[in-house]
Amino acid sequence: MKKEWPLWEVFIRGQHGLNHRHVGSLHAPDAEMAIKNARDVYTRRKEGVSIWVVPSAQISASDPGAKDSLFEPSMDKIYRHPSFYDIPEDVGKM
Amino acid sequence: MGGSNDKIASDILFEWLLRRGDTVLVLGHRVSEWCGHSPVLEEDIALANVALDLIGQARMWLSLAGEVEGKGRGENELAYLRDAWDFRNVLLAEQPNGDFGKTLMRQFLIDTFQVLQLKELETSADPRIAAIAAKAGKEAAYHLDRSADLVIRLGDGTPESHRRMQDALDQLWSYTGELFTSDEIDQAMSDAGLAPDPASLKSEWQKTVDEVLAEATLTAPDSAFAHLGGLTGRHSEHLGHLLAEMQFLQRAYPGATW
Repeated sequence: MKKEWPLWEVFIRGQHGLNHRHVGSLHAPDAEMAIKNARDVYTRRKEGVSIWVVPSAQISASDPGAKDSLFEPSMDKIYRHPSFYDIPEDVGKM
Repeated sequence: MGGSNDKIASDILFEWLLRRGDTVLVLGHRVSEWCGHSPVLEEDIALANVALDLIGQARMWLSLAGEVEGKGRGENELAYLRDAWDFRNVLLAEQPNGDFGKTLMRQFLIDTFQVLQLKELETSADPRIAAIAAKAGKEAAYHLDRSADLVIRLGDGTPESHRRMQDALDQLWSYTGELFTSDEIDQAMSDAGLAPDPASLKSEWQKTVDEVLAEATLTAPDSAFAHLGGLTGRHSEHLGHLLAEMQFLQRAYPGATW
C-alpha cells in the first residue's frame, strides 16, 4: 500500500488584481490540509492573499520531447511581438 | 507611572502580565522543540510557525510587564534571567511534548482558551492590553483552526492514531482546570475592566472542546480534579529542565548578543 500523501501543486495570488502563480508543491492527505500546509510553507513572508491547490496528478503536461515542433517555429517570427507600435502617451500603461 | 496604570496597582498588573507572557513563552518553547523532528516537512514548518507566533506574543506581554514593573527589566531579562519559581505559566503549557498527538492535544486545549480570552481582552480598558490581544487573536484563531482540525483527523483516524489521541486527552485533562481558576489578581483585573474573569470563559471553552472531541470520537475523562500551582509559581519538575535549555546561553554567557 502506498503510504505517501499525494502531491499538490500550489498557486498563490500575490496581491489583488494579479493572477495566481505557481510557487511550488507539497504533500497533504486532502485539499483542505493542502491549503493549510500551503499557508504555512509558502505564505510565511506575506507572499499572498489567496491560495489555490491542485492535485499534481490532475495536471496534463506537454511532451518535453516535442519541444522543437511546439516552440521552435515561433522563434523567428518577431513580427508577432507588438513592439513595433507607437502607443500614445494618454493610453497609459498597457 | 501614570496613564492606564492608575486603574490598578502595578504589582497586580505585573503578575497578570507574567501569567499571559510566561504561558505563551513556555508553550512556544515546547512547540519549538519539534523543529527538525516532525513527522513530515509540512508539519515541521507549521509547528515552527506556531512556536514563533507564541514567542512573538510572549515578547509583547513580557515587554509590557517589564514596563509596568518599572525596575528596568525588559522582555529578555524576564524570559532568560528568572528561575522556575518566578514563572507564572499554567502547568499545561510546560507538559512534555510526548508524541505528535499529545503535542496537538495540548495545543488544542490551550488554543481554545486563548481564542476566548484574547477576544475578551480586545475590549480591555487598557489600550496596551487591547492592542496585544488584537494582534495575538488573529494568530490564535489560525492555531485553533489547525489544532482542532488535526485532533479530529487523528482522533477519528486509524485505531493507532485514535488510541494515541485518547491517551493524550487522558493525560492532559487534569491540567485544564487551572485555566479557569480565579484568584484575587483575576478579580482585581476583572473589577477594573481590564480582563475577563477566567472562570467566565469555562462554559464556552467546554462547548467548543465538546464539539471537537465528539467529532474526533474522543471522550474526556469524567473528572474535575485539577492540578494547580503554575499560576502562583509552583511548577512540575518539567519546567526546570525546559528553562535549563532555554536559558542556557544567557546563563553561561551573560549579556551575549548577536
